[in-house]
Amino acid sequence: MVPSVLFAIFAGVLVLSALGVIIARNPVHSALLLILCFFTSAVLWLLLEAEFLALVLVLVYVGAVMVLFLFVIMMLDVNVTRMREGFTRYAPLGAIVSGIIILQLAGAIWLRSGLPAAEPLTPREAGHSNTRELGAVLYTEHVYAFELAAFILLLAIIAAIMLTLRQRPGLKVQDVSAQVKVQRKDRVRLVKMDAEKDS
Amino acid sequence: MMNELVSDLSAVRAEAFLAAGICVLLLFDLFIRDRHRDLTYALAMLLLAGTGWLAATAGGDGRVLAFGGSVVVDPLARVLKVAAALAMAVVFLYSRPWLRERQLFRGEYYVLGLFALLGILVIISGHSFLVIYLGLEMLSLALYALVVYDRDSPIGAESGMKYFVLGAIASGTLLYGMSIVYGFSGTLNLGELREYAAGLDGVPVFLLVGLGFMLSGIAFKFGAVPFHMWVPDVYQGAPTSVSLLIATAPKLASIALVIRLVAEALPELLVTWQVILMTLAVLSLLIGNIVAIAQTNIKRMLAYSAIAHVGFILLGVATGTTAGVEAAVFYSIVYVVAAAGAFGIIMLLSSRGAEADQLDDFRGLSQRSPWFALMMLLLMASMIGIPPLAGFYAKWIVLLALVEAGAVWLALFAVLMSVVGAFYYLRVIRLMYFDELPGGAPVQAPGDFRLVLSINALLALALGLFPGPLMDLCTGLLG
Repeated sequence: MVPSVLFAIFAGVLVLSALGVIIARNPVHSALLLILCFFTSAVLWLLLEAEFLALVLVLVYVGAVMVLFLFVIMMLDVNVTRMREGFTRYAPLGAIVSGIIILQLAGAIWLRSGLPAAEPLTPREAGHSNTRELGAVLYTEHVYAFELAAFILLLAIIAAIMLTLRQRPGLKVQDVSAQVKVQRKDRVRLVKMDAEKDS
Repeated sequence: MMNELVSDLSAVRAEAFLAAGICVLLLFDLFIRDRHRDLTYALAMLLLAGTGWLAATAGGDGRVLAFGGSVVVDPLARVLKVAAALAMAVVFLYSRPWLRERQLFRGEYYVLGLFALLGILVIISGHSFLVIYLGLEMLSLALYALVVYDRDSPIGAESGMKYFVLGAIASGTLLYGMSIVYGFSGTLNLGELREYAAGLDGVPVFLLVGLGFMLSGIAFKFGAVPFHMWVPDVYQGAPTSVSLLIATAPKLASIALVIRLVAEALPELLVTWQVILMTLAVLSLLIGNIVAIAQTNIKRMLAYSAIAHVGFILLGVATGTTAGVEAAVFYSIVYVVAAAGAFGIIMLLSSRGAEADQLDDFRGLSQRSPWFALMMLLLMASMIGIPPLAGFYAKWIVLLALVEAGAVWLALFAVLMSVVGAFYYLRVIRLMYFDELPGGAPVQAPGDFRLVLSINALLALALGLFPGPLMDLCTGLLG
């Protein structure tokens, strides 16, 4: 009883905050609502006894990714009004398409046969460790997928560098090795001249 | 434990070799000067040769499952992987003079191209939702970056952005469908999913919902109507060397995606996905062929022609019979040959600095270069499906499979649409042979480019005259 009430509360908050992400006027508010989304999904995972994943979600997404995301939003200073120009024009079409999808889903789920009843979860025994279970399969059963994910990250790094690293013409950059190698004679010129005399 | 790992690694040796090779290439490219950049190209070609050879020999002759059943190496995987590695080698070869003339000849093109190939290989051998999705993401990420490879091109940036946003939605849709199916069946493994579906009585709703979302995602990646909006924009906006890449090898991954996720994993639901695939195919044939007529840009025209060919390929899979799926694989390989050649000709004409991506650039080609006008004639005729070219034979076996499966009306519709499609291919031929371009200079290109392009176009003829060897490869693909 208690878990299903908790589930209803947090799932409701999750859906509302997800809606808020796409309709908030201020991008900073969107990002903060996204944090709320992550947080409530972490709670849902906790209810399913996936405590390791829940904590990782909070640590990695809320703690690291979203902080960087907020930095980027604040630094870029996105022009929100220009981004929203087409919103009212395309909103009806979007509403129609999503309406059709929702109707179809509802029709498929309720009118045809109904969902199979959810089986009650069997709780794990007290000393059960999710972390140990994950660790046991991550490098054995799923080692291929794990390595692939690593290569996708490498690819993302290469693509990001390729897109952003560029030599602009006329840019003033320091050449550190030239600065270190500099000799006294390159900078200082001793000029011999006669002392000035009163005339 | 150790032996198991060794045999698993031996099954994915092509992927492992390519992944290690990419790292070596990445480091190697860092330490060489711009004027030695040809060495990067040579190393990339060597890697492709090694990958193709390893892919051809992996898993012996039979069907091998590895990594707990999440990877499969079967005849289908071997044929498609070798074809993909060959296609990528041809892409690299055609691209070299084109990139060099535009100061785009950098190592990243090869690194990203090889990453795309790695993604393609992973998809082709994928036998679990997780592995297939990871392969798809790798392929897509590499392609997004390649579309914006020429950063100073505004149209490239625009099409790259479109591709990225739409592609991300498609990945999300596919993932959503996979998660629904996983949530109810409790397995990511396609073999176990097949057993699970066989044990069900009746078709449960959740499988339909999940399958629907998955098919939408697949259709998006394939470029089938109504999920085709990105195809023309990306083909036109990307640098021609990248359009060539997108038009060839990834199509082989898409056909593998359809076969693995739908035809192999859920044969129990044939009646359901047959209708969806046939709808997609009919719409693709209709929109692709008719809209292609209105194009003046040949890259855009080839994009719509690609959509129409995807319709044909999907028709083959939609029959649900072994013959139909084999015909679809044969058709994809023949299409990749023709598309590589057509883009090769565009790049050949472009190699004097200016882009030759308008239909008008083909005016009077028969006077400027009678040989390559003939080659383009062969390629276009193959795409139309004129006997004795390969395109005819490919269309013929797909239609045969359709008729055998009892879909005579669909076969008639496909023939009708091919006739409509003949119009825009014939227009290219008319421009080349019956129009004149005053002041056209003879075509110039390096020797290897000319040689491989000629072989490529003649292959479209040879596969039509002697379809036996490739057909033998394509039969018995599905164990």
